[in-house]
This record gives sequence, structure tokens and C-alpha cells, in this order.
Amino acid sequence: MTNDQIKHAVLQIIAVIAPDEDLSHVKSDVALRDQLELDSMDFLDIVMELRKRYGVEVPEGDYGQLASLDSCVIYLAPKLKDK
Amino acid sequence: MPADWLKDVKHDYDVIVIGSGLAGLTAANRLATCGYSVLLLEHHYNFGGMATWFKRRGNHIFDISLHGFPIGMVKTCRKYWSADIADSIVQIKGIRFDNPQFSFTTTFDRTDFTDKLVTYFKIPPATVEAFFQFARSMNFYDDQAMTTRDLFQKYFPGRHDLWRLLMEPIAYANGSTLDDPAITFGIVFSNFMNKGVYTFQGGTDKLIMKMKATLKAHGVDLRHHALVEKVLIEKERVAGVVCNGRTIRAKAVLSNANLTATIHSLVGDEYFGSDFIREARAVRLNSSSCQVYMGIRKGETIPNIGDLFFTSSHPVFDSEALNAMDVTSRTYSLYYPDTRPGSDRYAIVCSTNANYRDWAALNEDAYRREKERLIEGVVATLEKYLPGVHGKIDHLEASTPRTFEHYTRHVNGASFGTKFEGLKVSQNLPKQISGLFHAGSVGIIMSGWLGAINYGVIVANEMDKHLRQATGCMVQSPAMATHE
Repeated sequence: MTNDQIKHAVLQIIAVIAPDEDLSHVKSDVALRDQLELDSMDFLDIVMELRKRYGVEVPEGDYGQLASLDSCVIYLAPKLKDK
Repeated sequence: MPADWLKDVKHDYDVIVIGSGLAGLTAANRLATCGYSVLLLEHHYNFGGMATWFKRRGNHIFDISLHGFPIGMVKTCRKYWSADIADSIVQIKGIRFDNPQFSFTTTFDRTDFTDKLVTYFKIPPATVEAFFQFARSMNFYDDQAMTTRDLFQKYFPGRHDLWRLLMEPIAYANGSTLDDPAITFGIVFSNFMNKGVYTFQGGTDKLIMKMKATLKAHGVDLRHHALVEKVLIEKERVAGVVCNGRTIRAKAVLSNANLTATIHSLVGDEYFGSDFIREARAVRLNSSSCQVYMGIRKGETIPNIGDLFFTSSHPVFDSEALNAMDVTSRTYSLYYPDTRPGSDRYAIVCSTNANYRDWAALNEDAYRREKERLIEGVVATLEKYLPGVHGKIDHLEASTPRTFEHYTRHVNGASFGTKFEGLKVSQNLPKQISGLFHAGSVGIIMSGWLGAINYGVIVANEMDKHLRQATGCMVQSPAMATHE
């Protein structure tokens, strides 16, 4: 996956988890939690969906790496490079 | 011949769930939608665990769990259950306090609470804001040495009246005390402060019926009167359960039973490492409860005196006094006809926290006398706020820690699971026995309506991870997974 594809994939997952959120203005370099009504359960849902859709495992200690779209790209790129 | 409660149950499943509390029901639903075959076993005749109800002659229905949970339940129910369940959630606005330190009604949300803290308790707005910010920043996976007492002392030093306002409702919601980790208070409190207190329109019976229908639609096999006697372990892996004397095999087992009962009784200490058993033995159970159920006679009405009413004649907040047999700190849940649309009935349930040991020690005569005393105290206090209510009550009965033990099989009738250290033991269970998981009220933040459902989701996530590894990464689409 390219970096843009990873961002798109994460946003697609968030769209399912938080259907009431407007995702058109989400900034890549700002924490998702500062822009959207996301709680720690939502991040767990993102992790579960990443496993279901792409077979990617995110251990609990790494949840913080999913804070913003940019940090998602840095963290997920090596795991998704062949997907 | 006795009824076969396990009729048509298969010989093996991907997952067996022991117990139908909200965590068990939710995990079953999550795993079924992931495509796994799931069997859910409940020993009682009703599903729901503590989220349950009972009926009495005269068309009385009584809900057990305190009505009132945070707005987060809307999102949680929509994500993990259905829009239909989420849409039945309504706000309850009359949260009332009356004790020697203060007396008022609040909607128990951030705006109204800020107003109470600033105008009633004379706290500077900046301090209130800083406190809310700090509480809101807490996460369930944070490691926190700070206790709730430390937290209050930091923001509101010496203000024991305010401590009571902050702590008392949370103590009733999850049994926590000032000496528990601050996150157990902060997370639960912030959840409520978001937008106030909510309940299911239609009552607990309607909610659980909807959940049952959803589970059936997702292909889950549900059985009641099904008592699991043993969890089977073979070569350090979970192999299934023995239920009503019958062996049923499974790749993974989720116990939604009490944590300590799961380890020491359902499995057995010999299957665990000695360090783990030592840690499990050190897990403290939370307190139990007493309840008094008051059904108002058909045709009679009572005025609205609030939905959740915290009353006490005790001078200050005191965790010990809260559990004592002569407790005067009570929560009245008032159910008006709009609780169950179409009904014209009123019901009142009074809850108090209680110690199991106080009630377990009584002989049968003393037990009956104490129950009578409990009922008398509850009705006499209610008379102060609802003069003449005694004459309108058509059905009156009480439950005690013994009753909770009987119906939930929780050790010592614990009605809020375990203290915070239980969370680590619960999460480490699969490291001891591959394929064995626990979800239920542990560590306070994982208890209550929202906490129980969320913990069910968290554990379902771990089970999905385990089952994928065990079965060689079978990935099924949700469409394939439904069995409609």
C-alpha cells in the first residue's frame, strides 16, 4: 500500500466505527482524538478492523502509534507494504 | 423425565461462553459476526446476568441493575449491537441528592455540574475546568498509582462535601471507594459528565429480548438452565466444558462467570502456575448489595420526585458506612409509566451496598428479621419524600447478598465484580491456559452497563486474535459470517 492508500484505509475504517463524524477535513498531522469524537474503544475497533481486513496485528502497547493519520502511516507502512 | 435444556446443542463449537452478563452476550455477538460458531450457556432462566429483571403477580416488573448509564451506551450499542437497541436509549433528567451536606436535583452532566460546583460549592471555575480536563484524559490502559482520594485532595483539598457529591453516585454504580485507583473514578465520572444519565425505554426485559433476537439471527446457540460445572483442560489448552453433566468441546472458552470462581472452581488451581494462583488469591471482591422492590398498586399514582434519588442521613461520605447493615445511604430508582411505554404502572427499587459476611453469618430467623428491618427502613425513608406511599404499595420484597449469590453464582454475592487488581488476572488468564478467556466485572472500569459491554468487546478482540492463529488465519467477510 502507498501512504495515501493507508490513510484512506484508516479513514474508511473510522467511517464505519463513527458514522456520524465528518471525515472530509481530517488533518493528517493532528491527533485524531483532537479532531473527532473518538475514545479508547474506537481505537480498539480500528485495531480489530485492521486485523479483519488486512491481517495486521497491532499489540496493545502500540495503540499510541495510531494517534494521527501521519503516525498511522509511519507505523503501518512496513506492515502493509505487501498488501 | 426432566427437561433437556441442552437439546440440539452440538458436540463442539469454536467458542463457548459461560454466563450471559452483558460482557458475555456482547462477546458472543462479536465473535458470531466474525464467523465463529458460538454456544452461550446461562444457569438462570433469564439472560442478562445483573442486567436482568423479574415479574411478580399484579403485573409488577422490577429491574435489578440501577437504571442509569452514560451516553456512551448509545454509540456502544450501535457499534456492537444494533441501531434499534441504541435508539431505545433515553435520558433520565432527575438525579436528586438529599443528605446532611447538600440537597438538590441535577441533570448530572458537565454544564449543570459545573454550575453546581461553582455556585453551590463555591469552587473557582478554572479549578472545575482543570479537574474535568484531567478526569477526561484518563484511559483504561493507563497505569495509575494515584487514588481517587489523591485526585480529590489535589483539586478540592478538604472539601468533603464535594467529595461526597463526586463519589457517592459512582460508589453505587460500581462499588468503588476513595482508596481505589483514580482512573476507576475518572473514567466512569467523565463518561457520565459527557451528557448526563440514560436508560433503556422499555426496561431491561425489552433490551435483553432484543439482544437475544440479535444473537439468534447471528447463529448463536443460546441455552438457559444450563449450569457449567467444569472447564475442561487438555495439555494446557482449553478443550471445552461440562454443562448439566454433558461434555461440549470448544476451541476457546470465555468465562463471564465471577473471576475467582472461574479460576478456583470452574478450572481448578492445579492447572495454573503457583505465582498466578497467588495473584488470583489476592484479588479482592467488590461489595454486594441489598435491594427492596416496591410495586405500586394498579390505579394508584405517585408524583415525580426524581428518577435516581440518593438519600442519606449519614453526616459524611464513608465507604465503610455505605456497606453497613444499619446503612442510611440509599439509592431509590423510580420507574414511572413512561419507563415502559404502554404501561400505567409505577415501581420503585431501593439499592444499598452491603457486605456479604454480615448477611451470611445470620441464622434463618435472624435473616428474616434483618430483611424485615431493611424493608421497614427503606419504606419509612421513602414516606418522608412521598407521604402515603406505604398505602399504595401492593408488592414488597427484598434481596440481600445471599439472593445475589444464589441467582448470579458470584462469589460472596459480589454485585460489582472485583477490585482493580482483578483486571490483570483476568487479562493474564489466556497466558496460563491457551484458549481460556474471562470477561466480566473486573477492576471497576470494566463494570457497569458500559464497562461490561466494552470489556466483552475487548476480550472478543483477543479471542479473535487467538482463534485466527489457532485456525491458520481464516478470514471471513461479515456477509459470509451471518447465518440468517
